[in-house]
Amino acid sequence: MNIVVPIKFVPDLVEEMTIDESGAALDRTWLRLIINEFDDHAIEQAILLKERGGGQVMVVAPEVEGVDDVLYTAAAKGAGRLIKLTGDLGNANNHALARVFATAAKDLQPDLVLIGVQAHDDLDGAVGPLLAEYLGMPYLGYVSAVEVSDGKATVRKEYPGGLMAEMEVTLPAVLGIQAAEHPPRYVVTSKIYQAMEATTIEAQAVGELDPSGGLTVDRMFQPEAAERATMIEGDLTSIATKLVEIFKELSVLQ
Amino acid sequence: MITSTISTNGGRAFYDKALKAMPRGERLKLCLQCGACSGICPYGFAMDYPPHSIIAALRADDFTPVLDSDTIWLCISCFACSNVCPAQIPLTTGILASLKSEMLLRGKAPAELQTALTNSRRYGNTLGQSPRKRADWARGLTPPVPIMAEFKEPVEVLWYVGDYASYHPRVQKVSRAMARVLQAMGVKFGILGPEENSDGDAQCLIGEVGLFEMLALKNARAFDKYEFKELVTTDPHAYNTMKNEYPGVGVSVPIKHYTQFLVEHLDQLKPLLKRGQKYRVTYHDPCCIGRANKNNIYDEPRQVLGAIPGVELVEMPHHRENSICCGGGGGGMWLDGFSWEHARTRTSEWRVAEALSVGAQVLAVSCTYETPRFEDAVKSTGHEGELIVKDIAELLANAISG
Repeated sequence: MNIVVPIKFVPDLVEEMTIDESGAALDRTWLRLIINEFDDHAIEQAILLKERGGGQVMVVAPEVEGVDDVLYTAAAKGAGRLIKLTGDLGNANNHALARVFATAAKDLQPDLVLIGVQAHDDLDGAVGPLLAEYLGMPYLGYVSAVEVSDGKATVRKEYPGGLMAEMEVTLPAVLGIQAAEHPPRYVVTSKIYQAMEATTIEAQAVGELDPSGGLTVDRMFQPEAAERATMIEGDLTSIATKLVEIFKELSVLQ
Repeated sequence: MITSTISTNGGRAFYDKALKAMPRGERLKLCLQCGACSGICPYGFAMDYPPHSIIAALRADDFTPVLDSDTIWLCISCFACSNVCPAQIPLTTGILASLKSEMLLRGKAPAELQTALTNSRRYGNTLGQSPRKRADWARGLTPPVPIMAEFKEPVEVLWYVGDYASYHPRVQKVSRAMARVLQAMGVKFGILGPEENSDGDAQCLIGEVGLFEMLALKNARAFDKYEFKELVTTDPHAYNTMKNEYPGVGVSVPIKHYTQFLVEHLDQLKPLLKRGQKYRVTYHDPCCIGRANKNNIYDEPRQVLGAIPGVELVEMPHHRENSICCGGGGGGMWLDGFSWEHARTRTSEWRVAEALSVGAQVLAVSCTYETPRFEDAVKSTGHEGELIVKDIAELLANAISG
């Protein structure tokens, strides 16, 4: 079984985010990128499937600073092929990213594509469904467990409010991973060094990007303070009385 | 230097490898099974396999149950076992670290600890903070604390600050106090700031050898860049690992604990200590400058405390080499939940009870893990307001500036 895991990188929130001079994008000068947490779970789920049923895990990543470390770490966990997409992918939008992932994935003849269901810079989780569309495969998102047998996958899908569903999908398919069955494992540093020796990262040039279909950002800004706040002063009783009045005015209280 | 042993299921194979791979590993053969190690271990009572039982399981070639148990993670690398072993088996840095290393390889380490390791690999600090903010604790101090990369002058003292002293809000106060003490003494000093990395002590003692090496080499490269007469640290963990483990990866740095440095400069320090207040003070010996590797820094902290006007020093029942660990060593800093779940007690709470039992008003410490750990323990035991926890550096700064 071929399991392909396309991963993307997101700004590491450990550093302060600032807006650049254009006023429509993040300032990338000090930006530090980190693997999208959900994609890290997708890698873990792929490794778990491989450990249970065999197969090959192939990780596909855009070339950004730190990508080699992430790929070798995946190899240390058990990924067999590491593919680095080279080109100007630093600012690629979801549509462009999904298209380059689709091109790379087609060559790898996947039975399963596991991808993070969303990212903190993409809460809509657009990359997975777009990729499924370009690959002509079904998509199931918010997945937190996967079993594969006889060309089918049985997946557990999460719904809001604590609801769970079990669904069956015919392979090949794209699954948006919400959480792996176990948290992503820690691999000791010496194993990553061994993976560096034993594994080769395959570079693939992506050519010109096609970002069509994506949104254009007009303005990006820090949350701005509204001017609606009213400060209530006085002792405890008078503040409470005033609050009750306000709630009644707003029909929060009868 | 701790060397990781290769995965194996059999106890005999693990034993043979441990004998060969560990420094003084051959001493394992000398184990009498006296059980002193397990008796003195603060968490021995809660372990499925305390130290002497691990050795017994190895010899009996029945090691799988040891690997199936997770209670090795109760070990806080306090060196109490190594210190009492009549056969002088290096338990803490040897068999215990090797077993933890094996557990890490098998992916059997508590999640909190894994996060700390991932953080130190990615950010160079266990707290997962931005390396760029490593010197933020010193912001606003006048005169400013020089960062070596900007200062570009040789210094008398290069101060290795450490993770917690750089980022933890409580310990940042200790760092600011220490900066004021050095400034008042007229010591020309500097810090590495963003170029400083985790010392690697916890990584080493839990057998994450590759990560330890990476951190040690990063620090060594930073030390090499600058000219300084002495390397001084406020962190006993940094002291212990730089003195005893860095040479194993080819890094030789003469390091001093700040209390050693201050005792050497007591003539400079003493006249500055003008403000006094009567206090009964007890001092907690940190494992890492005390019994660990027989570092034996017991007198210097007491000498410095004795120089502060008004301080009456009283000893707790467990002191010097018999001190009880605060619980933060060997990864314990990130295993509080795990330890509590298994043992339902905290060594930091025992320590606070001891300090109160001798009528101390101040619990003086000299380790960067300890102010937050003991302050938490004062609160969790319901003694808030009865015991003040201060680093020696803070007591000195108070005595200088009032």
